[in-house]
Amino acid sequence: MLTYILRRFLQAGLVMLVVSAVSFSLFNFAGDPVNNMVGQEASREDRERIRDELGLNDPIPVQYVRFLGNAVQGEFGLSYRLRQPVTEVIMDRLPATLELVFVSAIIAMGLGITAGVYTGIARNTWFSRFILSSSLVGVSLPTFIIGISLIYLFAVQLRWLPSNGRPGTVDLGWWRTSFLTADGWRAIILPAITLSLFQLTMILRLVRAEMLEVMRTDFIKFARARGLPERIINFRHALKNTLVPVITIIGINIGGLIAYSVITETVFQWPGTGLLFIQAVEFVDVPIMSAYLMFVALLFVTVNLIVDLLYAVIDPRIRIGAT
Amino acid sequence: MTIRTLTALTLGAALLASAASAQTLRYTTQGDALTLDPHSQNEGPTTAMNGLIYESLVTRNPALELEAELATAWEPVDGGWQFTLREGVTFHGGEEFNADDVVFSINRAKAESSDFSTLIDSVTEVEKVDDFTVILRTDGPNPILPNQLTSIFIMDEGWATENGVEIPQDYAANEETFAIRNANGTGPFIVEERLPEERTVLTRNAAWWGEGEFPGNVQRLEYRPITNAATRVAALLSGEVDFVLDPPLQDLNRIEQADGLTVSTTPQIRSIFFGFDQGAEDLRTASVEGNPFSDVRVRQAIDMAIDRSAIQRVVMDGLSAPGGMVASPGVLGYTEAMDAPTEVDIEMANSLMEEAGYGDGFSVRLDCPNNRYNNDEAICQAAVAMLARIGIEVQLEALPRAQHFPKIQNRETDFFLLGWGVPTLDSHYIFSFLMDSEGSWNATGYSDPQLDELVAAMAVETDLEARGELISQAWTIVDEALPYSVIHHQVLAWGLAENVELPIAADDTPRFRYAIVNE
Repeated sequence: MLTYILRRFLQAGLVMLVVSAVSFSLFNFAGDPVNNMVGQEASREDRERIRDELGLNDPIPVQYVRFLGNAVQGEFGLSYRLRQPVTEVIMDRLPATLELVFVSAIIAMGLGITAGVYTGIARNTWFSRFILSSSLVGVSLPTFIIGISLIYLFAVQLRWLPSNGRPGTVDLGWWRTSFLTADGWRAIILPAITLSLFQLTMILRLVRAEMLEVMRTDFIKFARARGLPERIINFRHALKNTLVPVITIIGINIGGLIAYSVITETVFQWPGTGLLFIQAVEFVDVPIMSAYLMFVALLFVTVNLIVDLLYAVIDPRIRIGAT
Repeated sequence: MTIRTLTALTLGAALLASAASAQTLRYTTQGDALTLDPHSQNEGPTTAMNGLIYESLVTRNPALELEAELATAWEPVDGGWQFTLREGVTFHGGEEFNADDVVFSINRAKAESSDFSTLIDSVTEVEKVDDFTVILRTDGPNPILPNQLTSIFIMDEGWATENGVEIPQDYAANEETFAIRNANGTGPFIVEERLPEERTVLTRNAAWWGEGEFPGNVQRLEYRPITNAATRVAALLSGEVDFVLDPPLQDLNRIEQADGLTVSTTPQIRSIFFGFDQGAEDLRTASVEGNPFSDVRVRQAIDMAIDRSAIQRVVMDGLSAPGGMVASPGVLGYTEAMDAPTEVDIEMANSLMEEAGYGDGFSVRLDCPNNRYNNDEAICQAAVAMLARIGIEVQLEALPRAQHFPKIQNRETDFFLLGWGVPTLDSHYIFSFLMDSEGSWNATGYSDPQLDELVAAMAVETDLEARGELISQAWTIVDEALPYSVIHHQVLAWGLAENVELPIAADDTPRFRYAIVNE
């Protein structure tokens, strides 16, 4: 067991090392940051001086080692664009993204599981078919189009909800939240729906497939034979058994939601880490770009590590297979 | 949360709602001001925002004419310029404004970490004569110093010292400074709330010296940056904002046709042009030996082959002003005659190519930005087809500005598209960067000692008439040498709610002291 854990940790560390190399190489390949930092009037000497100050003139290995040493301490330097410490900027933006992801996950799970169970049980009704075919839209339409359509319908035409921004927040000192005011909730609805659609569809289809599978098994047939009411069979027996794989997938996908909130946040001007990343790319704000990459990688690696370890605890056969 | 905070929140919301009716103007642009430190970043949107809070000695009105702000009069004196300061002005924090603040601020803007230092590097010393008179000593006469001072804002010395922001933040510093999020100016608006890249709220400064002198009636400005162009337009269409500074050109029709919305447009101070590396021995990307661009006939042929009115019609949807000069109307030295676009003449162009020995044509790479100017990549695409007609086969390389501009600065391009705005509204700014042999943006290798002399002379000539003559001579030389082939001047457009009156300005800076919101 110990070797297994060690091995997993080692792999995680290796992945982070590779990502750090990619992040670092951004510094050298993503355009010239100095050019964006100074005005068009700056002289060549000014540019050179700033290159020196930023350490961009040091040999590459020296720069990399310095980068690694700082990264381990969560230190990514100053944002070229905002001139504030990158870690602070990301921490500032994180509440917005986490709340958006949280609400999307609730929507995706709530609606996804309900609709999945329904379409699994009532397979042949027109409503089931309607849900299934419209859920295809959720997977096939790009997030950008969905977001803009929602804005057009609910903000421009009906004027029910705001099209952008994050008004109505309450500052709790260490966390700025949207959850305490009506305005906050109104603002989070559209982006949350947009972000949730893909996950919703996936959960729906997964739950439905699992439901169909379970419904065919002997122990459901046996439950029926015992004369149990349908409601109890559906929810206590069938649903319970479908949820194990579903929850695993949802767990992994929350990491994905955070990483892929980039488009949704841009469309709705949601001031989270995704928008921060896009703005950083526009400006070639390399410290933010590389810190964000590292952050997302760390998130995935951690989630995967936890999942791997949990599996090993649950199912000893995996440990044997791994060694 | 306790009942008390809940009540406070509800009360706060109610107050906000009532304040919203007192001439609030809500507006948006693509990018937020980078900082509130007035000497830290020389960048359009940042200076525009800081110009609402801070003031300079001399400013410009919406017609871009020089106007008194914190100085009421200025005149050249021996070795510099003397400024008479406005009396009875107070900062937002209540501090009196006087000559000490000017001395402090100009020196602060000259610090190495300031992005504005090159703009005023002619200033050698700031001398306080009395409480309301200062002399800016320069290293030789500088006729355009007042123009250069329009973006140098004045801070309160006491406030800056108290908060430890005597110098603009440097990259080496590892903490954000107080001045990045807090401001204490003399301007018409006071910062009420600042959430970078989310929301900035400014309220009217009741103690402002200009109260009653300007037509504006805006009591409260709510600013929200919106990165995505479609969302920005949606915010205007849905009535969430009253003013969009940078609507995409393709959406202007839709805005104009919407109920209660209007569009205003004006030629912008920014010219778009192609540059040729005529100085290189050998072109990097050409199919022929040597450098065809070093022959003026080839440059003329290219200039003649570009159909500017077709670009205006097809690529720009009518929203551009075809031209022939790297200066836009409004810049000192501009003349309509010289700005006349070159007529298309393919036959003539072909014979010029023939004469120059390139009758069979050649191929070359064109470097183009794709996210900097209006339809920049599309302009280049159009040029590819037009140049094919005179035998020049162009490989287009369109890249984001972050990759494009270094090519120009590092002289790694044969043929490129560039745009140039002129914040000082003076031709010297154009010559010194783009045509002077030492110009930091002159990637053409164009070098003419006679022009260099003229540029140096106009930098120190204080007699306005003689100076105008120098500028005109320089333009004549450049017009013949043709280091650049001008396509057009950009047009800028603002989207507004119909009840908002805001005079549009060619420098794309909204001056809200003139804004009127009708109920």
